[in-house]
Amino acid sequence: MPMKILVCISKTPDTTAKIAFTDNSTKFDTNGVQWIINPYDEWYALVRAIELKEKDSSAVIHLVNVGGADAEPIIRKALALGGDEAIRVNADSHDSFFVASQIAEVAKQGNYDLVFTGKETIDYNGSSIGGMVAELLDLPYVSLATKFELSGTKATITREIEGGEENCEVELPVVVSAQKGMAEQRIPNMRGIMAARTKPLKVVEPTSVTPLTNVAGFGLPPAKAGVKLVSPDNVEELVRLLHEEAKAF
Amino acid sequence: MSVLIFIDTNEGHVKKASLEVMSYGAKLADQLGTVAEGVALGTVTEDLSALGKYGVKKIHHVNNDVLNHFDAQVYTKVIAQVAEKTGAAVVIFSNNVDGKAIAPRLSARLKAGLVSGAVALPDTANGFTVKKNVFSGKAFANITINTAIKVITLSPNAYQVKTGGGSAEVVPFTTNVEPGKIKVTNVTKASGEVPLTEAEIVVSAGRGMKGPENWGMIEDLAHALHAALACSRPVADAHWRPHNEHVGQTGIAIAPNLYIAIGISGAIQHLAGVNRSKVIVVINKDPEAPFFKAADYGIVGDAFEVVPKFTEAVKKLKGS
Repeated sequence: MPMKILVCISKTPDTTAKIAFTDNSTKFDTNGVQWIINPYDEWYALVRAIELKEKDSSAVIHLVNVGGADAEPIIRKALALGGDEAIRVNADSHDSFFVASQIAEVAKQGNYDLVFTGKETIDYNGSSIGGMVAELLDLPYVSLATKFELSGTKATITREIEGGEENCEVELPVVVSAQKGMAEQRIPNMRGIMAARTKPLKVVEPTSVTPLTNVAGFGLPPAKAGVKLVSPDNVEELVRLLHEEAKAF
Repeated sequence: MSVLIFIDTNEGHVKKASLEVMSYGAKLADQLGTVAEGVALGTVTEDLSALGKYGVKKIHHVNNDVLNHFDAQVYTKVIAQVAEKTGAAVVIFSNNVDGKAIAPRLSARLKAGLVSGAVALPDTANGFTVKKNVFSGKAFANITINTAIKVITLSPNAYQVKTGGGSAEVVPFTTNVEPGKIKVTNVTKASGEVPLTEAEIVVSAGRGMKGPENWGMIEDLAHALHAALACSRPVADAHWRPHNEHVGQTGIAIAPNLYIAIGISGAIQHLAGVNRSKVIVVINKDPEAPFFKAADYGIVGDAFEVVPKFTEAVKKLKGS
């Protein structure tokens, strides 16, 4: 049986996107926004999956995205990088349980050995999908992984803990959330881009799931009052200000 | 009904993040007219009853050796049982490494709506709405939870620890705990250092330091301030410093009381990871560095001259 890997990819605004809201601050203003694959999903989860496939050419990489048709350019990019097939669940939701339930459904049907997610998305910063998918599938979950090695059906994983790292072993199947250290960002090559055009991108309708949360509104943090500059010849004054005025230590 | 707080421990000691969560949970319990209770798993060497001073009235302690190794799947099952048995209306975690792994699982298991990374107490006047940071700190969102049971993870350093009187009643909670599927083989910790996400002061440096050999002065300043070390992405990418020190949008997001950025220009991706810091100090020789716009205090000057003076001034202040 070839190894089957499912990589969850999310569409997020580019890291330099200007953040603004419309409709009385209830919707993200997508005007002029460039969309990218969530960097954690792309740079770490997807690229590590591709590296595993490079070692074991029988491995199969499927991509799953829960999003509208406007997510297809980023799905094609992920196929260009090295995914074999993609499944888009045709729904737009900001509720992580709804999204995770859709992914879990796809995962159940595909019988995957390994489910990779990024550690969080850079828009909603929920860090929730991996854990929820693991629970819905009743699988072990290793979060914040920085290294992932496979030997047969045994995964050896290094993950971040507070002030250090932990090494662990687990038999597949497993759900893993990936972060920096796992792999390095890649640029799709022309051959990949050409191949991606004809790779299967299946669109499925969502299963019925009631969202558990909804976004009531957005806001922007208050602007800073402005920087107070201190002369480089008077560093003691800075330390005094930090201690007495800012009470920072 | 109760507010149930996960008391996260490390080698038997209660993490600072948990003190914040207990203080937050106790206040929320007041707001809801109920009591705050805690749940602690595995061996705890500290006196749990003393945690009553953070506002928890009762602590359910599941003292089972299986729980001395963290496994989100195993922890979730046990916490779900405690939550069900105690009729918890809200379950709260820190949005730290363990909380991020357990809370989503618990949310899915109990079909309880989750808000992760809360930065303020919920608004319970009309429904249950929680403020959290989104877009990596560039904005916030108010999220309404629509389920009877709610799960929240609290951002580290977002809520001040509050202490009062009182001690907590510690009650053993016995349940059958099946070992998990994850086998921990090794744990390595940077000894004697402050974990970055828990640090109150962070000293961070960037490409302006010119090379890894110049980090001695950065370490000296961090040491004088009892601060954790951090760095910008180019520095981690060039392997001048380890990846676990990289703060920013694609690294670790932090919110210390004081963030000191040395030789970092302040790209938008870097700011996204640090802009929740209460006080930001920028030292950069380029007066046009965008970081100055996000800073509270700044020095336009050469880090190689300013940083040693900074360290001396801190030592002098602390010595007096």
